[in-house]
Amino acid sequence: MNANVQMGIYDVDALRRDFPILSREVHGRPLVYLDNAASAQKPKPVLDAMMSFMTNEYANVHRGVHYLSGVATERYEEARRRIQRFLNAAYEDEIIYTKGGTEAINLVASSYLSPRIEPGDEIVLSVMEHHSNIVPWHFLRERQGAVLKWVEVSDLGELDPADVARAMSPRTKLVAISHMSNVLGTKTDLREIVHAAHERGVPVLADGCQGAVHGTVDVQALDVDFYAITGHKIYGPTGIGALYAKRAHLKTMRPYQGGGEMIREVTRANVTYADPPMRFEAGTPPIAQTVGLAAALDYVEKVGREKIAAHETALARAAQSRLKELNGIHIIGEALDKGPIISFEAIGIHAHDLATILDREGVAVRGGHHCAQVLMDRFNVAGTARASFALYNTMEEVDALIAAVGVARKVFG
Amino acid sequence: MDQNLRELYQEIILDHSRHPRHFGPLPAANHMAEGHNPLCGDRVKVYLQVGADDRIADVSFEGRGCAISVASASLMTEMLMGRTLAEADALMGGFLHLVKGEDAGALNEDDRERLEVMAGVSAFPMRVKCATLAWHAMKAALDNETVAKTE
Repeated sequence: MNANVQMGIYDVDALRRDFPILSREVHGRPLVYLDNAASAQKPKPVLDAMMSFMTNEYANVHRGVHYLSGVATERYEEARRRIQRFLNAAYEDEIIYTKGGTEAINLVASSYLSPRIEPGDEIVLSVMEHHSNIVPWHFLRERQGAVLKWVEVSDLGELDPADVARAMSPRTKLVAISHMSNVLGTKTDLREIVHAAHERGVPVLADGCQGAVHGTVDVQALDVDFYAITGHKIYGPTGIGALYAKRAHLKTMRPYQGGGEMIREVTRANVTYADPPMRFEAGTPPIAQTVGLAAALDYVEKVGREKIAAHETALARAAQSRLKELNGIHIIGEALDKGPIISFEAIGIHAHDLATILDREGVAVRGGHHCAQVLMDRFNVAGTARASFALYNTMEEVDALIAAVGVARKVFG
Repeated sequence: MDQNLRELYQEIILDHSRHPRHFGPLPAANHMAEGHNPLCGDRVKVYLQVGADDRIADVSFEGRGCAISVASASLMTEMLMGRTLAEADALMGGFLHLVKGEDAGALNEDDRERLEVMAGVSAFPMRVKCATLAWHAMKAALDNETVAKTE
């Protein structure tokens, strides 16, 4: 405990008590959960908020005139304003609920970009994108003849905004770029990229699924056009995420899915649509999940986003430098400005063998391609092991990671 | 280190994974199929040369993968050599039971002994697919498909 308090950022042991799952064991050892970039664990305030909402306040939203429908709708819209504040969006109607980051990006591809694409039009993206920020653009390539223009990263995994600028042409219709790589941890200079794109009249979509977790995000200061987030990586429930989109864009966007709640009027001959954000929210949404996400954002802000980032960065720096000291360990992604995500290879040990052995030591890491096969090809690896840190991880857990990697190296001698 | 891990990564498994037998393409092959595990990106190609007598005259594999998948493929090629198609099919059936921790009664004593090194996989349900990848590819090849169905 002292070592962590001495890090001087916050009392991590006190925070750990908010996360019930962290006290469990796996394979007879204390759980060391370092798969946070895949999904983070949930604190009690999030669980309690969802339970309390479903116990006392639940009904469908934007439907009934009865009391509970009104209460549920208020909570649901309150959560939207919570996300608005979290991203510092100018207006609450710029926040569209989605089931996660993937749906947020698909929504932009389908409702914003698809109607604007002529054969030969270009979409600029980096080689370190997650498949969720690649495949929707491949759809437009397959179906409408869009051309994907790939921006390379350096051997350290850094993305030069000047390379993004160079990849643009008069045919570029969108720049789609991660705010933080889910594999390398690289933070992109979003402000610079947006500036370069806007000079050419090109809008920018940022995948914020990692970026929003490990730092503050101000979509107005960034001037970014679209920003996608997901709830479950930021200590909220699964099944809920959001798209931030500038009002000016939303007004021009066609509906996404058709159904209840997204219409103004439906007749036999015709249909007219609701205004944003409702236009893009067909069907009964995951209501309790919005309440859970709002509670997660409250939790994160109560702890302090800058403090969390500082804590996680200290852990990741220590882990990365200690892994580097080991023979036969190769770090993939050593950008100067990076979040708490470390991908590594142990020479002669496949990522899945490594992850299996670490798991038996109680250490949960991800092994594989991390939904980033283009990036795996760039670095010529089949997969990596990835340790990713959250607000509740400790220096003792860094020790456990290093010790477990030692066990793996012993097994494979 | 725990006992399950020791059983999974036995010396003989590590040896097969470091020095896979019958590794590389087989120019005389008349059956070939590819197995792909999208979870980890591992790929394996299995080549078989089946004679007019329905016996496997030669077999090989190539690809990249974890220690479990490479060792399993390597062991498979050793065991298939010279068998009839019916025997290969029975061997695969027994193997699938074995790695899932089920009764592998169809295997004869000798085969069971040789495959016993793979039985440790049954304690690692997430890794059973690694062990079966090459076997599914072999089955696809013998069924004259070119891509393995992984369950």
